[in-house]
Formats: sequence, structure tokens, C-alpha cells
Amino acid sequence: MPLRNTTKRYGLISVLLHWSMAFCVLALAALGLWMTDLTYYSPYYTSAPFWHKSIGLLLAALLVVRLAWRLVNPKPEEIPGQKRWEITLAAVVHTFLYLLLAIIVISGYLISTAKGQGISLFGWFEVPALVTGLPQQADRAGAVHYWVVMGVLGLVALHALGALKHHLLDRDDTLRRMLGMQLKNAKEN
Amino acid sequence: MKKTFAGLALGSIMALSGSLQAADYVIDQKGQHASVNFKISHLGYSWIYGRFNDFSGDFSWDADKPEASAVKVSINTTSVDSNHAERDKHLRSDDFLNVAEHPTATFESTKVEMTGDDTANITGNLMLNGVTKPVVLDAKFIGEGEDPWGGYRAGFSGTTTLTLKDFDISMDLGPASQDVELIISVEGVRQ
Repeated sequence: MPLRNTTKRYGLISVLLHWSMAFCVLALAALGLWMTDLTYYSPYYTSAPFWHKSIGLLLAALLVVRLAWRLVNPKPEEIPGQKRWEITLAAVVHTFLYLLLAIIVISGYLISTAKGQGISLFGWFEVPALVTGLPQQADRAGAVHYWVVMGVLGLVALHALGALKHHLLDRDDTLRRMLGMQLKNAKEN
Repeated sequence: MKKTFAGLALGSIMALSGSLQAADYVIDQKGQHASVNFKISHLGYSWIYGRFNDFSGDFSWDADKPEASAVKVSINTTSVDSNHAERDKHLRSDDFLNVAEHPTATFESTKVEMTGDDTANITGNLMLNGVTKPVVLDAKFIGEGEDPWGGYRAGFSGTTTLTLKDFDISMDLGPASQDVELIISVEGVRQ
């Protein structure tokens, strides 16, 4: 697999970005829902938010790199046989995934930094608070963070169902080219 | 929260002021000469202090008739501030103050009993988190007199201890942290 995208498939960098972000999103959602229900004496009461915030910052960085990498790489061509509405729907879902993930990482950042405290990145250094003291900042950012996450989980389900549909029903290369697998139905140059 | 402070009073200090009528004072929250604070144990190892930044209130007070004093305070519970964004967000949630449902806490005095020359027990009803319960503020008259800008001021401090469970605050912070102490310090400007 090449590092860069080709017209037929995603390159190694895109594949790693995709799956590492997928892992981060699902891990963060699970961790976030679990940690906000912990009791005060749970051994994870302070460590779970620490990891959630650190991984969240990592996701933000991955998102920026991903969008930049997307800009400087060719986009694999449409897969023959896919219908126009499928291509359009997939593109809309991809756009909303990027947009909502950006909203999620920004709103998460605004919760923790609402009163000027920075956020530790795995204990290596602290990302400073840049925007503080907006009216009810932490509460409003928290509500946005929660509900947009719910929206993204819905989109992730749709996105995954679409991929499985192409892989299992249509038997095309949609999922293969994001897994770095050998393509069945296209000749690679 | 609004806190009420009561008129506490006491009399001896006032002899010079000459006011014989109970006067109405508005708590000087705008000038930040008043604060509603709380303190709670962290695990039994230290104290956490916090405050409510937004409240309003007034009291009547006559040094010669301190037992006729009365106080009313209204506190905006969304203004809770412990200088920690995530903790404050948690304090506003339904684990603690449930400010979405109960954005206001109030205290209204019902009785002032002098316990010394400048100390009093102020009994009143505290409504917090939608629960109304009588509480007794252990209050102290600090002083009164003219200010340098043409006004007249009187100030008090007071404390009381609340059990979180009594006010339906559901989060369990551990055995050392079942109670919270309210510490109020107010200055009123005579109207």
C-alpha cells in the first residue's frame, strides 16, 4: 500500500488516520458516558477524565492532520456501479462527520477551559485556555458536546452500515480500499 | 443564593448613630461588599471554599431593637463558583444544585434572638434545591456608620451548617463531606 492516496485507493496515511480516529471516537464516547456516572470514590474518578481529555486533544490533532492530508492527496475515484444517490449520501455523511467532530472537540475544550484552566495532554504539557468566561460557557458547551456526540454516533452507524452494505451486498471495493486490502474489482495502476 | 442576613444586631455599638427606627438596608452586592461563601471538607483532608457570585437581598436593622430585625436574600444558584470549570458545571447539575430546575435559593428570616451584645441567632427558612427547611444563622454584627461617600452602612456576618441530604443533594462525597458550612458576609446600604 502506498503512503499517499492513489486514484483507486486510500494510502497508508489515510487508512491509519481513518481507523485511529474511528477508535478514538468510539473510545471517547464510551469513556465519556461512563466517567460522568462514576461515584466520587471510584478509583477512576480523576483518571478517566484525564484520559478522556488527552485522547480528545489527540483526536483534535488527528482531525486537523486528516483534513490537511485530504487536501494534498488525490481522492480515490468513485467506484463503478455505485448509484448517484449513494455517492451523494456518502459525501454528505463524510462532510457532517468532519463538521460534527470539529464541533465536539471544540465544545469539549470549551467545557474544561471555561474558567481559564488548561488541559493536560497525557501529562506531557498543558494546552492553554484561549476562550474563557463566555456566558454559561461550561454548561452550554457541555450540552453541545453531549448532543453532537449523539448525532455523530448516529452518523457513524450509518457510515458503517453503508460500508458493510457495499462490502457484503454489493461486494465492491469500498471497504477494501479503506482497509488496505487487495482490490477485487479494479486494476491498480 | 440569596442570603439573608439578618439583621443582627446589637445594640451597644450604635449608640452614636442615633437612629431609632428600624432602617431598611439593601445588601451592597454591586459594590462587592457582600459575599455568600461555602466550605466543605474534601475527603476529610482539607477545605474547599466556593461562593455564589450573584445574589441580592435586604434587611431591616435597628441597633436599639435588634430583635425586630429581618433579612431576605435571594441567590442565583447558577452563579456557583469554586474556581474550577468542570467542578462548577457538576455543582450546577442535578447531582448537586440542579440549577436548571431550581435556579434560585432564598432565605427569609422569621425570628432574631440576641445571644450577646453583638451576636444573634437568626432563624429563617432556607429554600435550596427546591427544599425549604428552617435553619439558624449564627450571626454577628460587625459595625455601622456613615461611609465616606454620603451613605450609611451596616454589616454582619453569619454562618450555618447544612446537611446536603436534607436539601436533596444526591451526590455522595464521602463520610467527611456530608455537611457544608455557609459563610455569609454582608454590608447593607441604608435606603
